[in-house]
Amino acid sequence: MIDWLQKLGRGGLSFFERLGRGNLFLFHSLMGIPAVLVKPGLMIAQLYSVGVLSVQIIAISGVTVGMVLGLQMFNTLTDFGAEESLGPVVALALVRELGPVLSALLFSGRAGSALTAEIGLMKATEQLSGMEMMAVDPIKRVVAPRFLAGLLSMPLLAAIFSAIGILGSYFVGVGLLGVDSGAFWSQMQAKVDLYEDIYNGMIKSVVFGFVATWIAVFEGYDSVPTTEGVSRATTRTVVHTAFAVLGLDFVLTALMFGDD
Amino acid sequence: MNKPDDAEVLVKIRGLSFSHGSRVILDNVDMDMQRGHVTTIMGPSGTGKTTLLRLIGGQLRPKAGRVEVDGKNVPDLNHDELYELRKRMGMMFQTGALFTDLSVFENVAFPLREHTRLPEALIRDLVLIKLEAVGLRGARTLMPAELSGGMARRVALARAVALDPMMIMYDEPFTGQDPITVGVIMQLIRRLNDLLGLSSIIVSHDVAEVSAISDRLYMISNGQVVAKGAPNELRESSSEWAQQFLNGRPDGPVRFHYPAEPFEKDLMSAA
Ligand SMILES: Nc1ncnc2c1ncn2[C@@H]1O[C@H](COP(=O)(O)OP(=O)(O)OP(=O)(O)O)[C@@H](O)[C@H]1O
Ligand SMILES: [Mg+2]
Repeated sequence: MIDWLQKLGRGGLSFFERLGRGNLFLFHSLMGIPAVLVKPGLMIAQLYSVGVLSVQIIAISGVTVGMVLGLQMFNTLTDFGAEESLGPVVALALVRELGPVLSALLFSGRAGSALTAEIGLMKATEQLSGMEMMAVDPIKRVVAPRFLAGLLSMPLLAAIFSAIGILGSYFVGVGLLGVDSGAFWSQMQAKVDLYEDIYNGMIKSVVFGFVATWIAVFEGYDSVPTTEGVSRATTRTVVHTAFAVLGLDFVLTALMFGDD
Repeated sequence: MNKPDDAEVLVKIRGLSFSHGSRVILDNVDMDMQRGHVTTIMGPSGTGKTTLLRLIGGQLRPKAGRVEVDGKNVPDLNHDELYELRKRMGMMFQTGALFTDLSVFENVAFPLREHTRLPEALIRDLVLIKLEAVGLRGARTLMPAELSGGMARRVALARAVALDPMMIMYDEPFTGQDPITVGVIMQLIRRLNDLLGLSSIIVSHDVAEVSAISDRLYMISNGQVVAKGAPNELRESSSEWAQQFLNGRPDGPVRFHYPAEPFEKDLMSAA
């Protein structure tokens, strides 16, 4: 019993200690962002590897999800004779939920894990220590540009995901199943609200981008500097991001869409 | 031994203690490293020589004691002051610690690009001068993955001196080098030290080589300074530590083994 309590206490302490370190680290990274904006070269390189290189998987997943969604919704909607509503139904599902959530999960698998592994290996090979001894702050030089790149990429990736998803469902619904093209678009235009739906979806993706990138760079920076430590940190990045994104999604959805 | 007066001492260590968890690495260590001197730290593997350099560089915080560099106590400095001080310190890491995503040239140029606004042409000249000094001017386009361990260390050396700091710390600069390169690097360290008026701290096991260029040696073992003095003083001293280390004898006060229970007991306990 005492043992068990001790274990619980130790676990709790180390959890809160890590949380504190994570917050300090976040603060420090945010302080580094102005310097990155002055010298954007480093961030642009990261935008490429974090953002541009993720476009492929985002686009492919987007089109697949859109097609499946189009097909499933069509089957249900025809039962009610409401197949012209395919456009708004698919668009709302993508813009409000699937776009931000799925692209955040894919982002963490594709880019977040890579960020963790890269920073973790830089730590394990003493590159971060070396930088410190050359009076270059690794949080400013290495972490801040990556952080900002992730923050900027995520909403754009989510937008790409939703847009391509809508095209996928258009292809299935209009192209293959014979929904009227005019109805598909005009219904969508009428039902999807810029503020209520699109802005809220964007806010979600900004929040997810923030959390996913923060977890990724922190796990890398805080990893145990060994082969095993880095591999564990990489796994943790993907798992923790998934939990955080799904949990936050519920909270944000309740706040944004809960009262109507 | 005459005591150097305060202004001449660049690094002054007093009562320094450090431990990893419950394991004491350094215990109440005092050292003086004089300006313009090449000071060498020797000691068996795993005694905390690298740890000592990291304490001087402010990467680790001591449990107790003072580490004064140029009159400032390193553990007391805030982030910005520490970074200001580090601009004037060079460090060559035991593992090289080169940036794997940058070429040899860019690695050496890194501190110059970060801390100066020199024009590109001048940076190029400075980098080539440093690379020429370590004999790797021809390797400037290679990536760190394409270097041998010894070459990587020489690039790290070129990078450590890139900003012409007031002091340089070398962690095992000779390990993994062929005898010709050892000679060249030794002369390089001494020449840089004298021509540029630097102070150098070397951590090394290569007793014969390093004592030829050192002004002062410290031997540490089990967390304590066990012998110190000029190389010739140490060679003639009666200190068993010094004799064992300088002559490379396996038996003596320095233990070859990491602390463990008796070997027989360990073997028997498996049965
Ligand atoms: N992160 C750590 N946690 C616990 N112990 C550590 C850690 N890092 C180093 N040590 C211990 O500290 C001691 C000193 O390490 P250090 O790297 O300073 O040795 P060293 O004198 O440089 O040895 P070498 O000549 O082999 O490079 C070692 O015995 C090592 O076991
Ligand atoms: Mg060492």
